[in-house]
Amino acid sequence: MTEILVLVDHLDGAVRKPAYELLTIARRLGTPSAVFIGGADKAAGAVESLKKYGAEKVYVVDDAQLKSYLVAPKAEALQQIAAQASPGAILITSSGEGKEIAGRLAIKLESGLITDAVDVQAGDGGPVTTQSVFAGSYTVQAKVTTGTPIITVKPNAAAPEEVAGAGAVEQFAATVSDAAKGAQIVASQPRQSTGRPELTEAAIVVSGGRGTGGDFSEVESLADALGGAVGASRAAVDSGWVPHSTQVGQTGKTVSPQLYIAAGISGAIQHRAGMQTSKTIVAINKDEEAPIFELVDFGVVGDLKAVLPAVTEQVTARKG
Amino acid sequence: MNIVVCVKHVPDSTADWQFESDNTVDRVSVDGLLSELDEYAVEQALQVKEKQGDAAEVTVTALSVGPEKAADAVRKALQMGADKGVHVVDDAIAGSDAIATSLVLAKAIEKLGAESKVDLVVCGMASTDGGMSVVPAMLAERLALPQVTLASVIETQGAQVRIKRDGDVATEVIGATLPIVLSVTDQSGEARYPSFKGIMAAKKKPFDTLSLGDIGVDAGQVGLSVAYSAVEATEARPPRTAGEIVTDEDGSGAKALVDFLAGKKFI
Ligand SMILES: Cc1cc2nc3c(=O)[nH]c(=O)nc-3n(C[C@H](O)[C@H](O)[C@H](O)COP(=O)(O)OP(=O)(O)OC[C@H]3O[C@@H](n4cnc5c(N)ncnc54)[C@H](O)[C@@H]3O)c2cc1C
Ligand SMILES: Nc1ncnc2c1ncn2[C@@H]1O[C@H](COP(=O)(O)O)[C@@H](O)[C@H]1O
Repeated sequence: MTEILVLVDHLDGAVRKPAYELLTIARRLGTPSAVFIGGADKAAGAVESLKKYGAEKVYVVDDAQLKSYLVAPKAEALQQIAAQASPGAILITSSGEGKEIAGRLAIKLESGLITDAVDVQAGDGGPVTTQSVFAGSYTVQAKVTTGTPIITVKPNAAAPEEVAGAGAVEQFAATVSDAAKGAQIVASQPRQSTGRPELTEAAIVVSGGRGTGGDFSEVESLADALGGAVGASRAAVDSGWVPHSTQVGQTGKTVSPQLYIAAGISGAIQHRAGMQTSKTIVAINKDEEAPIFELVDFGVVGDLKAVLPAVTEQVTARKG
Repeated sequence: MNIVVCVKHVPDSTADWQFESDNTVDRVSVDGLLSELDEYAVEQALQVKEKQGDAAEVTVTALSVGPEKAADAVRKALQMGADKGVHVVDDAIAGSDAIATSLVLAKAIEKLGAESKVDLVVCGMASTDGGMSVVPAMLAERLALPQVTLASVIETQGAQVRIKRDGDVATEVIGATLPIVLSVTDQSGEARYPSFKGIMAAKKKPFDTLSLGDIGVDAGQVGLSVAYSAVEATEARPPRTAGEIVTDEDGSGAKALVDFLAGKKFI
């Protein structure tokens, strides 16, 4: 079976969940090979984790020479591994960085690229992807027709399956051109951990909008009572109430949780684009005409300042 | 200094979008406009120019690839303050994917560069239609330039560029030396509206309409038939069935919501 390359999304060696999802998808298409670009000292731990989710092979690229540069060196490393492995497909997480690596790689390999897949299945003559387009109003099935299919996959596209893989390590010495070192990271400030689940991975998301008036404490309390993540509309982010990393929508994150609760959010098309595919949608808004109510499974017309605290209290009581 | 800003003409996001029988996006029957996300790119290009001062000769060229109507996107950029417009239009381009679009953009930029060197290419963070967010990276690869993307703050000093960006796991400062490809987010600051003066002045600004032949691209390298990927099927998402909506009265809303959540086993 042909190798399927998976670029491993990790944080300083700690493998992130989307990487396991990609390994699970890779198994449907061929033999999963993980590509770990990171610190040599962190590789052993990462390999152990990747093995548990079915990596038959792990290419380890020591990033000492490339980690302070942006995506271009990673695209070069992947190109060189692809030249050796002739993979059946290359899977990359659909993050800002992932898509840029994929974009450069597609030009280098003269190969087709599909971004933001929400599902990937084996088909006759290559993987068939599913994408959600036009603010989630259409689903589209597509296929790469030229070269090695390069597919960026959204988080939560598959439930990670634990399957033991051989995890054979191959140290890969990538050569990075000077041209690829043109853009350098001069400073980096890691985001403070909130202790809450990752927004794109959370099963429950509670989001607040302009209607919160700037006080997100009730939104946060409900999120914590339900064990969920906190999201926001752009209006809330633009007002400086919450960091941009919490923004849901076209220019923020796409989420597809089991439960999405929108409080004080009107439901503009750009916001919908990021949450429309949630399984269950709930809204609390004092305006019964708010477009968000067109999407909901359950809606409360009311003041969030009264409704949210009461819901939090009752949820906590029921759980207690 | 020469700045090229890439602007795309897109169908209005609030319109009802459709697919054509060949599974490409219907760009004809829907009203279009300059992509709102590319307005931020025009704004930042103009700000870079303004910061250089009048003494530095800086030209901002707005470049668009697209059908006849796409000329409107270029014109809007001229009204905002760009100096020069370039529109690449050719029947053969219809249905092009990001790979082909980036080729046409790159060849057009190379042609501009042959007249006088291009120092900075500014793009939006994504098209508001097909929005893959890959054209800037592809363009950088084709032009063999560094890419500095998703900027929320841009600072230039001579040939040095520093940007700030809000990544998933960290806030980063990225540095690079011109020439580069830059992309900017909608966090980079409100885009200006064209003034009446700007609208009048735009009518007199240079505007080149180019065909594929003019930029040295073969018609066989672009368009739907050579796309590296193909859409096989499209399906409208079934409209969500209307849910239950209650009006809160003295705490009844919270109780009903909690019952709903419990019924769905979220509690
Ligand atoms: C190119 C582009 C990209 C964009 N990207 C995004 C994006 O990624 N994400 C995003 O969210 N938006 C995005 N937007 C902005 C979007 O169009 C809307 O402006 C934004 O989503 C509005 O946020 P909001 O719903 O919080 O605010 P509003 O539209 O002002 O709605 C506030 C709501 O709160 C309700 N309310 C007020 N007080 C209370 C109360 N006490 N109790 C209950 N309800 C109350 C009001 O009835 C109202 O419905 C984008 C726009 C553009 C042009
Ligand atoms: N046809 C086009 N003409 C001009 N610029 C474009 C075109 N397509 C994409 N771009 C630029 O590339 C950016 C990202 O586009 P995309 O990769 O399609 O999301 C846009 O914001 C534009 O700046």
